[in-house]
Amino acid sequence: MNDLPVIAELLIAALLIIGALFSLVGSWGLARLSDFYLRLHGPSKATTLGVGCVLAGSALYFGLTGTASLHEALIAVFLFLTAPVSAHLLIKAALWLQPGRRPEPPPGGRRAPPP
Amino acid sequence: MILNAVLPWVMGLFVAALALAAWRLFKGPGLPDRILALDTLYINALALLVLVGMQQDSKLYFEVALLIGLLGFIGTVVLSKFVLRGDIVE
Repeated sequence: MNDLPVIAELLIAALLIIGALFSLVGSWGLARLSDFYLRLHGPSKATTLGVGCVLAGSALYFGLTGTASLHEALIAVFLFLTAPVSAHLLIKAALWLQPGRRPEPPPGGRRAPPP
Repeated sequence: MILNAVLPWVMGLFVAALALAAWRLFKGPGLPDRILALDTLYINALALLVLVGMQQDSKLYFEVALLIGLLGFIGTVVLSKFVLRGDIVE
């Protein structure tokens, strides 16, 4: 590893630790919570934020050591775009497997199309 | 100095996250739980690869991480569509 200023190393280390803790909380929620619709919250929010923090720390590290590139930004943008899409598809699949869990439509609103 | 001391602990935390997701993958009562566990597994593996790239000071791992991200998203979409429609290519 190259030599960096202490402030920069502290900042990168803080970003990495925060990201790892968020990711661990997301996986812990996936393993611990009781229902699928509750379990979906952990990986789709906390894990995405944790991986985003780790990618920011990596971008800072490689930017300060002189070989900056757009790879981290590309991965982060792709993850932040695809996490809601996959969560939506998983919710649709779970509602398809348990049709009784589909909530009632709000009063006066447009009725949802039948699945 | 600080990074050399911190990186193994961060990787250990990610390995713990991977273990929790793998436990849900084996235990999960339903099909959507297992697909969600696979989704979590690939995202955590991507972060672990980025950390390995930082430790070895190599930029080779970013392409691998990007590839894992692309293929993992396609896998999640394909498995969800299979649950929804019973078929992948309609």
